[in-house]
Amino acid sequence: MQNNQSLNWQPRELTRSERAKKNFSRYWQLYVMVIIPVIYYVIFRYIPMFGNIIAFRKYRAGGNIFGEEWSGFRYFKQFMRDHTFWKAFANTLIINIEYLLFRFPLTLIFALLINEIRNIHWKKFVQTVSYLPHFISMVIVAGMVKELLSTAGPINSALASMGHDKLNFIAMAEWFRTIFIVSGLWQSLGWGTILYLAAISGINPSLYEAAAVDGANRFQRVWHVTIPCILPTITTLLILDIGGLVGSGGAFEKVFLLYNPMTYSTADIISTYVYRMGIGSNTGGNFSYATAVGLFEGLINLVLLTIANQVSKKVSDSSLW
Amino acid sequence: MINTTELKAHNRKNRIRESNSYKIFTVVNALIMIFVSVVTLYPFLYLISQSFTSDKAIIAGHTSIIPEGFNIDTYKYILSKGEFLMYYKNTIVYTVVGTVASLLFSAMLAYPMSKNELKFNKVLTPFIVFTMYFGGGLIANYILVDRIGIKNTMGGFILPMMISTYYVLLMKSFFQSIPKDLEEAGEIDGLSKFGVFWRIALPLSKPIIATMTLFYSVMYWNNWFNAFLYLQDKSKWPVAYYLQTIIRGQGANDPDAVSVSLNIKSCAMVLTVLPIVMVYPFVQKYYVQGMMLGGVKE
Repeated sequence: MQNNQSLNWQPRELTRSERAKKNFSRYWQLYVMVIIPVIYYVIFRYIPMFGNIIAFRKYRAGGNIFGEEWSGFRYFKQFMRDHTFWKAFANTLIINIEYLLFRFPLTLIFALLINEIRNIHWKKFVQTVSYLPHFISMVIVAGMVKELLSTAGPINSALASMGHDKLNFIAMAEWFRTIFIVSGLWQSLGWGTILYLAAISGINPSLYEAAAVDGANRFQRVWHVTIPCILPTITTLLILDIGGLVGSGGAFEKVFLLYNPMTYSTADIISTYVYRMGIGSNTGGNFSYATAVGLFEGLINLVLLTIANQVSKKVSDSSLW
Repeated sequence: MINTTELKAHNRKNRIRESNSYKIFTVVNALIMIFVSVVTLYPFLYLISQSFTSDKAIIAGHTSIIPEGFNIDTYKYILSKGEFLMYYKNTIVYTVVGTVASLLFSAMLAYPMSKNELKFNKVLTPFIVFTMYFGGGLIANYILVDRIGIKNTMGGFILPMMISTYYVLLMKSFFQSIPKDLEEAGEIDGLSKFGVFWRIALPLSKPIIATMTLFYSVMYWNNWFNAFLYLQDKSKWPVAYYLQTIIRGQGANDPDAVSVSLNIKSCAMVLTVLPIVMVYPFVQKYYVQGMMLGGVKE
């Protein structure tokens, strides 16, 4: 009888705090490990995030980093009335959309073409070469662009030999977007294929065999097997790109290094405008104003990303969160 | 029986039709790949050619893919100038110190994040991931660095970019792929949680560590913007920022522009790119694998 009872004995349900205590005593060393990184995130990520509050508060140089007194939407109203801001806003959208329209399909096509290379050494060579620009500093990229496009450079020499006038591309507003997009493709096309090639290599070969038995030729196999199989990857990358449409991501550095007052009308984007208003040596010093503009940009991006994520969740079942 | 014969015949016909159009495609594809490779390499070859071109040819505006008046005087000149070597040395120091710190702290964050049994992760993961989608802008970061007194120090250059959330998530995915049995075996042998991390998880993570070492060191090596914002003393500049100051003037009406001749600029750029070009192909196997982890959703 007593034996039976002891066999049926069940441990009492632990309370929440007891479970937490048990978890902590077992894993406390892992908790200790994250202390420094968490402090890092608080200081270098969250304090600046809350520092955005100076968009709504008056900031005095050397004063409280979260501002002195509330100013409401004053700075927002101010930049909304500024023609230069709207120009930069439009430029950001145009440059990002145009770049995306070229980069996105071309990257996918390039990945599919690399995948069709049968000779392994040749394939590896193409991949290695096309990854190279990704590792190069934006300073060097800008330096190359300026050298190649200078009046003494190879592009102008080619133009001259065909009987055209030489053009000072870097100083011409109408050329800025083309320069930005072409150099961007040069930088990112190869690197962009990595995730697609990874997804393609994960496709079950029996799908291709089945398609071949059904009489599908190589092009049909790409269309009916490869593309549907890598659709989740395509969607995820597209969400990320749409979320960045109003943002500057990697664009800031390149625009900053390549633009000049002569090309502001097409080149100036929100983040370079923020830089000039906030930190730039002649025009800067309006910290609250510049922060308001930057915050506006950040919030639009967050909203765009959320919408893109929800849409893709509905349409294709793949999402970031 | 008839059916299978028909199918075979159909397949054979198909293969012949396919092989013709496929042959054409293979040739076209090869041409496209050659074109892409040449276009990708051309700017580098042009830069190298410039760096070997003589002063006379540069002044005359003679530039081409084959250096005119081939010489190595520009290299001798730059390498004998203490200034360039100082910037180069700064870059090496920042890259080594920064990469070690980045690797250490990223791993210390990513490893606990990879443990599903850690209750705290329900809070920690969103706390970390959110910073990828929203953050303090340029100004708020600038004020922070200015105010905590790390401006014009090595910390001002390194700390603002020390931990990359994206790289932490790549590491976390890798740690999650380590077989649990191995870690449990280590615990049975008397290792602490920290011991398991140091003696078992890290030695098994060579591919991701190689990838992260490359990514982080390239990030520090190439950065000029933090130096531009936070390092006032010339003696502290990294080489990428020095390059920015000499490239800036070209083609623009910039009063601060420093006039440096084209072959010297090219030579400085070649020397700055060289270490990266020499290293990245050898780590390719690892970073392709590392990037794949990021693409695979849990």
